[in-house]
Amino acid sequence: MLLQLVNQDLGYDRGLVLRDISIDIHEGDRIALVGESGAGKSTLLTAIQARLLEQAALVPQNPGLVGTLSVFHNIYMGQLNRHSTWYNLLNLAWPRRREIDAIRPLVERLGLEEKLFERAGELSGGEQQRVGICRALHQGGDLVLGDEPVSAVDSHQSRNVLDALHEHFETVVLAMHDVELALNYATRIIGLQNGGIALDRPTTGLTARDLDFLYKTSDENHR
Amino acid sequence: MKTIADVPAGTRPRYSAAVRVSTEFVAIAAFCLAFADISISTLDPWSEMQRMLLGVVTPDFFAVEAIGIAVVQTIAFALVGVALAAFAGIILAQFFHIRPVRWACAIARSIHELFWALIFLQMFGLSPLTGVLAIAIPYAGICAKVYAETLDETPAAALNALPAGVSTISAFFFVRLPDAWAHIKSYTLYRFECGLRSSAVLGFVGLPTLGYYLQTAFSEGNYSEAAAQLIMFYVIIASLRLWMKPKLVGLYLVVAPLLLGGASQIHWDNVVRFVTQDIVPAPLRNADLLDPQVWSALGDWLMMILTDQALPGIIATVVLTQIALVATAFLTLAFFPLISTKFFGRFGRGVGHLFLVIMRSTPEFILVYIFLQLWGPSMLPAIVALALHNGAIIGHLLGRYSDEIKLRPDSASGFNLYAFEIVPRIYGQFLAYLFYRWEIIMRETAILGVLGIATLGFYIDSAIADIRLDRVMLLLLVTALLNLGIDALSRLIRSRLRLSTRLSSCSD
Repeated sequence: MLLQLVNQDLGYDRGLVLRDISIDIHEGDRIALVGESGAGKSTLLTAIQARLLEQAALVPQNPGLVGTLSVFHNIYMGQLNRHSTWYNLLNLAWPRRREIDAIRPLVERLGLEEKLFERAGELSGGEQQRVGICRALHQGGDLVLGDEPVSAVDSHQSRNVLDALHEHFETVVLAMHDVELALNYATRIIGLQNGGIALDRPTTGLTARDLDFLYKTSDENHR
Repeated sequence: MKTIADVPAGTRPRYSAAVRVSTEFVAIAAFCLAFADISISTLDPWSEMQRMLLGVVTPDFFAVEAIGIAVVQTIAFALVGVALAAFAGIILAQFFHIRPVRWACAIARSIHELFWALIFLQMFGLSPLTGVLAIAIPYAGICAKVYAETLDETPAAALNALPAGVSTISAFFFVRLPDAWAHIKSYTLYRFECGLRSSAVLGFVGLPTLGYYLQTAFSEGNYSEAAAQLIMFYVIIASLRLWMKPKLVGLYLVVAPLLLGGASQIHWDNVVRFVTQDIVPAPLRNADLLDPQVWSALGDWLMMILTDQALPGIIATVVLTQIALVATAFLTLAFFPLISTKFFGRFGRGVGHLFLVIMRSTPEFILVYIFLQLWGPSMLPAIVALALHNGAIIGHLLGRYSDEIKLRPDSASGFNLYAFEIVPRIYGQFLAYLFYRWEIIMRETAILGVLGIATLGFYIDSAIADIRLDRVMLLLLVTALLNLGIDALSRLIRSRLRLSTRLSSCSD
């Protein structure tokens, strides 16, 4: 088992977002976190990330790119901790062939090969998000935690991105707002509602309709 | 397997304009370094440094009389000078759209306070008027520019909302001034802090401010007294916001002129002679202006001064400026993490703040003077002092700027954080600040000639010693033009690199 939470209260300093949470995550789990905005998906991801800091590659909602550096450098940053500082500085000034060759397949996979030495800050929102994905792929490891990793990319690229994430990582935990995609890729769905876990079960046999109830409260509130 | 050659041009590594410009400046500085004299000529710099450090840890606050007078006079000159400058500045700002006004202000601020003081010394002697005007004139030029820029930012909507037929003066007092007031006030307070530093330095030409007493203490080797004076100066600057209250400004302004020291008699015939005789180029004095020989003599005179004095002065000034600029850049990059929450805890930042405050509160002129005592005359003391002072100023601004960066939760740490996350994000701001200080560093470099480094100030100081005031004026004109040239070049580079151009709190 990778992680076990038992009756935990989770949230930021200002107040609790999630109460009395119990989940466990195993190697090989493909989990989709679903629920309306503000239900606590990001909070749960942050809590998991804080506990698995050493093992997890992270795809934050805001990709956190350094806009003045190139796409290459932003992706290279996924492995900063694996090289000596001197080697990192060398790559900052003169990208090594070895590193470019290691990163090129990733950008080709996600359709960014022509942008490799563009400044990240000059890319579109969807492209920036894909750079963030590439960084996580380059970082590697057993587990990836993603907060709405395809929110800004088009539907064709969404599938491409999710395929890549699921191929590269054994364990995947993604917060998703697209229920259809969640059901397609995940083997387990965790639904959040009213500050708690409303549903936690395998996707087999589940349909989008079965998850509708998670989004009911917001509809009523809006009316 | 693809090779680099197969890859389209757009997908090869390349460098941003900011990195290219930085590399060019480093290369220029390295080239300049080859021609610069950076030797240490004193016999035993280490034991002298030990004596100085001993003085720093044993400050002699019992020299109360000298310290008290020095501090009070320094404040009084700064107050009167900056008040006059602010008043003149707000009036000049109304006419800043007129080109000759802009030029006059640019010339006024391109000449260092000490040079102005050297001019007025010839006219008024060691009268308080010399010190007050030496601060007021260049500062009026700077204030006019900044006030005008601030007033120009009045939202058009507010002005359009005025009924038709409102006079310019009413619009000024009802809309433009109130809108800009907060910024004008805080900028003027910042200017006053700079004024304190300028006032302190004026002591080096004989006015009764801090520099005069410091120089005396240094020449007597009385480092404990010098340390006490400097510490008092830091306390005054650090507590500025506590005693500089809006309600008290009126009182200060009434009292300050009375404290400027015993007014020596101004000899008006000196002033008249200065304007009508001394500054007229020698070949033209009492000459027949219709005689062609007079004009060819003037040509020879010009050529002689420009090639024998101005040219070597310009070369030394530019060489020293470029080295000091790049040294400032490196020190800035080393200094800013000292006060950044991204790199140090509360205690570390406290130490960092103390160090940076001391370095930026000490006028660069005084820092150079101290290092000159240690190492003897060469460019080395100037480079180190200018880099420390300017690096501390920009480092302070960048440190605060870096605090506002939001990092992703799993970002790198230590040196990787510095090199990959922080420096790339602040680099544009860093260059903008540096290019702003470029012109300031050059103005300071020119004046350092007074201390014996062979920049333009050295030739100006020698001409004053020879009482050849016509040469002084010509060399000052050259100095001003050089400064305006650097200012224009800096603006060009900043606009090419699209660096933000409104940073008045960093301009000096």
